[in-house]
Amino acid sequence: MNDATALLTLSALLFTIGAVGVLVRRNAIVVFMCVELMLNATNLAFVTFARVNGNLDGQIAAFFVMVVAAAEVVVGLSIIVAIFRTRRSASVDDASLLKY
Amino acid sequence: MLETSAADGVLALGWLLVAVPLASAVVLLVGGRRTDPIGHILGTLAPLVSFVIGVVMFVALLGREEAERGAGQRLFTWIDVGGFSVDMGVRFDQLSALFVLLITGVGSLIHIYSIGYMAHDPNRRRFFAFLNLFVAAMLTLVLADDYLVLFLGWEGVGLASYLLIGFWQERWSAAVAAKKAFVVNRVGDLGMALGVMLMFATFGTSSFAGVAAGMPATSDLVATVLGLLLLLAAAGKSAQVPLQSWLLDAMEGPTPVSALIHAATMVTAGVYLVVRSGYVYAQSEIASTAVVIVGLVTLLVGATIGCAKDDIKKVLAGSTMSQIGYMMLAAGLGPAGYAFAIFHLLTHGFFKANMFLGAGSVMHAMDDDVDMRHYGALSRAMPVTFATFAMGYLAIIGFPGFSGFWSKDRIIEAAFADNIVVGLGALLGAGITAFYMTRLMLMTFFSQRRWEDGVKPHESPLSMTGPLVVLAALSVVGGVLILGGWIVDWLEPLTGPEPEHAFGFPAWLMTVAVTVVVIAGVGVAWALFGARPVERVPRARVSPVTRAARRDLYGDALNETVFMRPGQRLTRSLVQVDDRGIDGSVTGLAALVSGTSGQARRTQTGYVRSYALAMLAGALLVVLSLLAVTLT
Repeated sequence: MNDATALLTLSALLFTIGAVGVLVRRNAIVVFMCVELMLNATNLAFVTFARVNGNLDGQIAAFFVMVVAAAEVVVGLSIIVAIFRTRRSASVDDASLLKY
Repeated sequence: MLETSAADGVLALGWLLVAVPLASAVVLLVGGRRTDPIGHILGTLAPLVSFVIGVVMFVALLGREEAERGAGQRLFTWIDVGGFSVDMGVRFDQLSALFVLLITGVGSLIHIYSIGYMAHDPNRRRFFAFLNLFVAAMLTLVLADDYLVLFLGWEGVGLASYLLIGFWQERWSAAVAAKKAFVVNRVGDLGMALGVMLMFATFGTSSFAGVAAGMPATSDLVATVLGLLLLLAAAGKSAQVPLQSWLLDAMEGPTPVSALIHAATMVTAGVYLVVRSGYVYAQSEIASTAVVIVGLVTLLVGATIGCAKDDIKKVLAGSTMSQIGYMMLAAGLGPAGYAFAIFHLLTHGFFKANMFLGAGSVMHAMDDDVDMRHYGALSRAMPVTFATFAMGYLAIIGFPGFSGFWSKDRIIEAAFADNIVVGLGALLGAGITAFYMTRLMLMTFFSQRRWEDGVKPHESPLSMTGPLVVLAALSVVGGVLILGGWIVDWLEPLTGPEPEHAFGFPAWLMTVAVTVVVIAGVGVAWALFGARPVERVPRARVSPVTRAARRDLYGDALNETVFMRPGQRLTRSLVQVDDRGIDGSVTGLAALVSGTSGQARRTQTGYVRSYALAMLAGALLVVLSLLAVTLT
């Protein structure tokens, strides 16, 4: 097992943890953190592939992901704060009015 | 045959014939109740003015050379669409002239009679407006020089007939009779409409001249179909078998209407159409034979019905059917019979109008009772009505010297010359006519009193007896038209020369035979209704023929079983198909979509995690399928 395989395995593991967290947790903050975990798992995969291929494309992609993630954190957190202010709860299941 | 010469001088006034009664009808209908006081005066003056114009034009036509007697005048273009053009024109020729004089002359007399007859009716103005409308439409019909313009008048008289049959619309039976007349006439009108379409498809025009010019070059099939379609139209309007059933019910209308529309003029429009379209029937043996058969059957059916009825107007209605059957028969014989058909039409117009008005006068005296079994011995009580009615009676049975004698004899002669069976049928008809008319005379004016309690018969006012006297005089002297063969020569340019009769026996023998049959008919009627008292209640145990005749020879029953009931069943089943099948499939589809979407929207739970799961599943699906594609 070489370095790349170990790193990719770690990336997949982290992504899975993040995905399961998004699906099963109710607290909006935790869900949000799990989303970040999934993003960083992909970043890790990008960087690993950049290293394997010996070029910078993957690293550039990782930078883009970080920028987008930073912007997303701003919007996402402000939404969560707004919801918490109105409902006194950060549970995502409570914010289920937009349905049939 | 149909070329016209310019209508100059007084002959250019033809449009006024129609315009005057039409204007009067419009004034009386639009003016409403305000015109009530002048309704009957204006309504009577209008046909009188038309009659005077008609006489002046007729005299002018008499003064012309024979070749120039077809005065044609183009008023304006009525329809001009693509290659189809119809001119509104007036055609005042030998045939139209006779009809104009009959319609306006007899029409005026009946208008005068109606002043007295309808005096107590609150809607007398409306009655006169409808009568004027009828006169205008009927004149349009006979003055047209194009089948489409003729059709306009044809529908106009149908409308006027409907309005007048149902004039007392508060009576259920009158409303039903009007509707029946309208519907049965519509069947005939369908033939007319199809005929006009066929003319346009074949000749590109529907004018008389155009059709006559194109006729010799057409195939026999087209000529036969056209002839049969026109016969259907004529049968509807003239109450001929198989469209005869409406005429007997039409007697629900006021009696002057029965006299004018359902005896003297409108019902003869079919005969006019056949005679006018002689060039069509000249091309088709089948169609002209069909006309003869229809005429013969109707003349026997009508006469049979007339024998069994106790309602005085229905006897006269059956008689009208029968007499028009004679005219149709003559018209079917071609140039040999056209002039006699028209001659009989004119004399019939006189004596039948006379007798209908006489019947109206009797009903007036008997408190609107129409049952002849409640009459009897009225000759003393109503001497003028009796005397005038007797003139009509002698005319219709063909008493020598009276108008009917000349006209009916000629038709029977022509029928014998054509075919022995047709001739014998016509001869038999003459005998039955003598029987039922004698029965009517005996039951009404002779035998013993059978009046209802409280009825005091009295002679009618002068406005009613005056027209009766004039019409009685015409019934007597109407035969002068045939003196020296005048009417035959007069119509010859239109009908073509009369072929030589190939008689196997001298004409005087014919006259003797007819007279003998008539005397036999009168004798039988005398034996049954004159020599012994008339029962006040009709006998229930009678022969099957009488039973059938009392029920109009099952004409209505036939129509109901063959057309009405299956038609109703058809429409009901169509409604079922529409409700269950077509509407069902549309609403079912809508319900399916609505139900499915109602279920489908349950998946929109609003929980973020369910959406996230859906996204994950989708992404996995995409990845797996990509893998599957790359690995294979």
